[in-house]
Amino acid sequence: MDHIVIIGNGISGVTLARHIRKLSDKRITIISAESDYFFSRTALMYVYMGHMKFEHTQPYENWFWKKNRIDLMNGFVEKVDTDSKKLLLKGGSTVSYDKLVIATGSKPNKFGWPGQDLKGVQGLYSKQDLEMLEKNAPNNKVCNRAVIVGGGLIGIEMAEMLRSREIPVTFLVREKSFWNGVLPAGESAMINEHIIEHHIDLQLDTNLEKIIADDNGHAKAVVTDKGETIECNVVGLTAGVAPNIDFLKDSGIEIGRGVKVNRFLETNIKDVYAIGDCAEQHEGIGSRRPIEAVWYTGRMMGETLAQTICGNPRKYNPGHWFNSAKFLDVEYQTYGWVFSERGKKENEQHFHWRHPEEKICITVAFDKDTNQFLGINTFGIRMRHEIFDQWLTENKDIDHVMTYLKDANFDPEFYNLHEDAIVAKYNSDYNKNINPKKKSWKRIFSIA
Amino acid sequence: MGNLNRSMSLAGEPPKALNTGQKLAVITGMTGMGILILQLFNLNLGNSALWLSIAILAIFAGIIWFSQAAYAHKHKGIKNDGVWFKSMSSRGVLAWMAGIALTGFYIVLYFYPQYLGLVKDGDNTGLIALFDPLSKALSGNPASQWFVYGTLYTVAILAFGAKFIWKYRHNKYEQLRTVSVMFFQTAFAFFIPEIMARLNGDLPYYDLKNMWPLNYYNFERYRINGFIDSGSVGMTMLFFGIISIFVISPFLTYKYGKRWYCSWVCGCGGLAETAGDSFRQLSDKSKFAWKVERWVVHSVVVFVTLMTTAVIYSYLGNDTSKYWLTKTMFISGVAIILTAVFAWVMIYKRDELEKDAKYGAIGYFTIIAVLIGMHFFSGSGNIFIFKAETLRTTYSFLIGSVFSGVIGTGFYPILGNRVWCRFGCPMAAILGFQQRMFSKFRITTNGGQCISCGNCSTYCEMGIDVRAYAQKGANIVRSSCVGCGICSAVCPRGVLKLENGPEKGRIDSKEVLLGNDVDLMDLVNKN
Repeated sequence: MDHIVIIGNGISGVTLARHIRKLSDKRITIISAESDYFFSRTALMYVYMGHMKFEHTQPYENWFWKKNRIDLMNGFVEKVDTDSKKLLLKGGSTVSYDKLVIATGSKPNKFGWPGQDLKGVQGLYSKQDLEMLEKNAPNNKVCNRAVIVGGGLIGIEMAEMLRSREIPVTFLVREKSFWNGVLPAGESAMINEHIIEHHIDLQLDTNLEKIIADDNGHAKAVVTDKGETIECNVVGLTAGVAPNIDFLKDSGIEIGRGVKVNRFLETNIKDVYAIGDCAEQHEGIGSRRPIEAVWYTGRMMGETLAQTICGNPRKYNPGHWFNSAKFLDVEYQTYGWVFSERGKKENEQHFHWRHPEEKICITVAFDKDTNQFLGINTFGIRMRHEIFDQWLTENKDIDHVMTYLKDANFDPEFYNLHEDAIVAKYNSDYNKNINPKKKSWKRIFSIA
Repeated sequence: MGNLNRSMSLAGEPPKALNTGQKLAVITGMTGMGILILQLFNLNLGNSALWLSIAILAIFAGIIWFSQAAYAHKHKGIKNDGVWFKSMSSRGVLAWMAGIALTGFYIVLYFYPQYLGLVKDGDNTGLIALFDPLSKALSGNPASQWFVYGTLYTVAILAFGAKFIWKYRHNKYEQLRTVSVMFFQTAFAFFIPEIMARLNGDLPYYDLKNMWPLNYYNFERYRINGFIDSGSVGMTMLFFGIISIFVISPFLTYKYGKRWYCSWVCGCGGLAETAGDSFRQLSDKSKFAWKVERWVVHSVVVFVTLMTTAVIYSYLGNDTSKYWLTKTMFISGVAIILTAVFAWVMIYKRDELEKDAKYGAIGYFTIIAVLIGMHFFSGSGNIFIFKAETLRTTYSFLIGSVFSGVIGTGFYPILGNRVWCRFGCPMAAILGFQQRMFSKFRITTNGGQCISCGNCSTYCEMGIDVRAYAQKGANIVRSSCVGCGICSAVCPRGVLKLENGPEKGRIDSKEVLLGNDVDLMDLVNKN
C-alpha cells in the first residue's frame, strides 16, 4: 500500500490528507513540528485578542485523525533523500515514503535590516510566533510601544491585535497609501482613515532603516528612512512571506523562490509534489502570481492533488479569483480581478462608490471597450460568491451586474441596503438608466 | 469540555480589567442588589415602594452605565476582546461564584420561598413584602415569589437587552430581535397576565406567548376549568392555546425557522440572549455533547407528551352524554395525531433521517405502547403503577424546576446560556424537528470563503459546530439552531447568512469547494 507522507499540517496538507482518505485506503502520514493538531492559521490573531482559546482554532476534534487513519507525527524534517525515498528528521530518525508532498507553507520575510534578529523582533505566522508575541507584548506595561513594519494583511492584523491590549502601535508602510499595490486608491484611502481612527500611528511612505538594541540585545527603538527614531519594545516584521523551504536546498528538488511545480503540482522529481504557500508554478495561471500564499488556493491545491495521487490525474486549475480579509472592523471581499492603479491594464476601468458616512465602499472593474464585468471589491458589504462566480463565467457586462446587484447581496437580514445608491451613482457617472431589479430567490437559487 | 483547562501558556493578560466607569457601574448595580439582599434578612427599611424603586433603578442604571463604559468609546463592530481572559466569561472564580449564587437563588425560589418572605396566611415579609406595593398596583394582589422572580427577570431582560443592543449596534438583525424579546417579556409575560388577573380573577395566569409543551401545565384540570368558567374570554384563550401548537407555530416555523420563537419571542430565550450573552461561548461543541443533547431533549419530549396525555386522560369521563370528549376519544385522537406525524415523516423524509429515523421510531412506539397500556391496563388515570398526578409532579420538579431553572439558568456562567434550550426544552425540540424537516430556514454558507477560524462555532450558544459545515461549503440546517445570528455576526469573512429561501437544495454538501476548477467540482460532487 502506498505510503503518502505530507510535510506540514496546514490547510493544504490537511485538505490533501482528508481527500486522499475519502478517495482511497492509502497510508497517510502528516509530519509537523509546529503543532500536534491542525489549526486555522488565520485564527491565531483571535487567540491573542481573547476571542478564542487555541483549541477553538482546531477545526477537527482530536479523535478525528485516528478515526480517519491519518497518522500525525511531531517532527522536523531536516533532509529529503529522493533517491532512497527517505526523510531525515531532527533527532536522527528517518521516515520512508512512496509519495512525498511538501506543504510547508511560508515564513516571514526579512530583508536584511540591521537588528532584524534582535530579541523583541518577530513576524506573525506560526503558533510559535503567537507564543512569542504573548511573551514580548503581554500588556502595555511590558510593551510601551510596538512598531510594525510592512503594510499588508498580516501587518494590519498585528496592529489590531496589539491595540486590543491598548498597546500603542506605530505602523510603518512603504507605500504612499495602505496596500495600494493591491487596492485601488479610493479603497486604500478609506482604510488609511480607518487605521487612524483606531488610534494607530500610521506612517505612510516610510521605510525601516535599522533596529537599535539595548544592552541585553533586545530591540529598544527603530530608525526610519525619514530620520526619525521611534522607541519601542516590540518590532513586528510583516513585509510579506516567502516559501519555507530551506531544508530542501541540497535535495535535488528544483527550487526557485518556492518549490517549482507543474500544473499537476509535481516537482522535477518523480513522486514528489508541492502544494500551498511553498509551491511555485513555472508560470502564473491567468492573472495569478506563480506563488499564491492564500488560504483558499492552498485548500484548492490539496483538493486537486488528492485526485492525482489517487490515480485520477488533474491539473491544478483554479477558477475565478476570490479572496477576503478584515481590516479592523471593515470586512473586505473580492471576486474576479480588480487591480490597483499600479497593476491595472489599459482597458480596465473602475466604477467606485463610497457611502457618505460609513466605512462602506465598492469598486467594480470592467472593460471599457466591451463593458465586460471583470471583478468587484466590496468593503462593509457582503456579497454572494456563487453569483459572482456565475457572472464571471458567463462574461456578463457591468450593466447586468448593476441590474441584478440586489441578488448578490449577502448582508444579514434587515441591514440597510445600498444597491439603489450604488446604481444611482453608476447611472450618473456613465449617463445610464439602469433600474435595479428586486431581489429574487428564484434567480439566486437557480444560479447556485 | 475536558480539554478546556489544558489550555496553553497563550491565554495571558489584558484586555480583562474593567475601566473606571465599569467599576463605578458595578458598584451602582450591586447597591441595588444589596438593597434586595438586605430584605432577605428582614431588615425593615420602611417605605417599600420607595426602596423597591431605588433598588430596581440602581440595577438598571448600573447595567446601562456598564454598557456605556464598555462600548460607547469604541467603534461599532465585534466586541469580543478579552472574553477568554475575563474571569466571569471564562469559567474563572467570579463565574463559579455567580453560578453558585444563582443556583442557590433558584433552589430557594422553587423549594423554600418562605426564606424570601412568603407567608401563606398573612402579610408577606422580607424580599417578597418589598414587592407587595408593585404587585398590588398591577393585579391588586400581594406579591408572591413568582411575582418577585418575574419582575427581576423582566428587569434583567430589559437592562441586559439594552447592553446587547449597544454591543451589536452595527447589526440590525441583533437589535430588532432583542427589541422583540424585550417587548414580549414586558408585555406578554409581565404586564398582561397581571392586568388580566385584575380584570377577571377566575382566569388562570396565562402568558400568551408560552405554548405547550413549554407551559406543560396548560391543560391541567384546574386551568381547563378556569378557562371554561370564564366564558368566552376563557374559551378564546383555551382555543388560542390549542391552535398555537397545531397551526400558528408550525406555520411560522415553516416560514422562518424556529428562531421566530426561540430568539424573538420566548422568555427563556430572551434571558439567555440578554443576561446570558456573556456566556454563549461556554457551550460544549463536541460531537459527544451533541449525542447527549439529542437523547436528553427527545426523552423530555416523550416524557411531557405522556405526562400531559395522562393528566388530561385522568380527568375525562367515559360518558358521552356528560361531555363530548371521552377518555377513549381523547386517547385515540392522540394516537392518530402521533401516527400521522410519524407516517408523514417516514414517507417523505426518510432519506434525510437515516440513522435518526430509528431513534424516532423508538420514541414513537414507546409513546404508543404506553398509551395503549394506559387505556387497557390501568384504572382511571393510573399509568401502570404511577398516578398521572405523580407523573405530573415529577415532571414539574425534574424538568420544570430543576432543569429549566436551577441547572438551566443557575449554571449560565459554567455551562453556557442555552443549556435548558438545548438539552431540556421540549418545545425547542418539537420546533427543531420541524425546522429540520419542514422549513425554509437555513444558514447559507457563502461559496468557498470560509477560513475555518472557528469564531462561529465558539460563539454558538447551542453548541453547534458551525464551522464543520461552513468549511465544507454546506448550509447549516440543524434542529437545535435558534437563529440568534451571532455566527453570522462574528464571521470575519462574511460567510454565513440566516435566510428563508426555497426548500429545494436547502441541505446540500459539496465535496470540493467553490473556487476550484469546474470540472473537478462536477467530478467529485457526482461521486
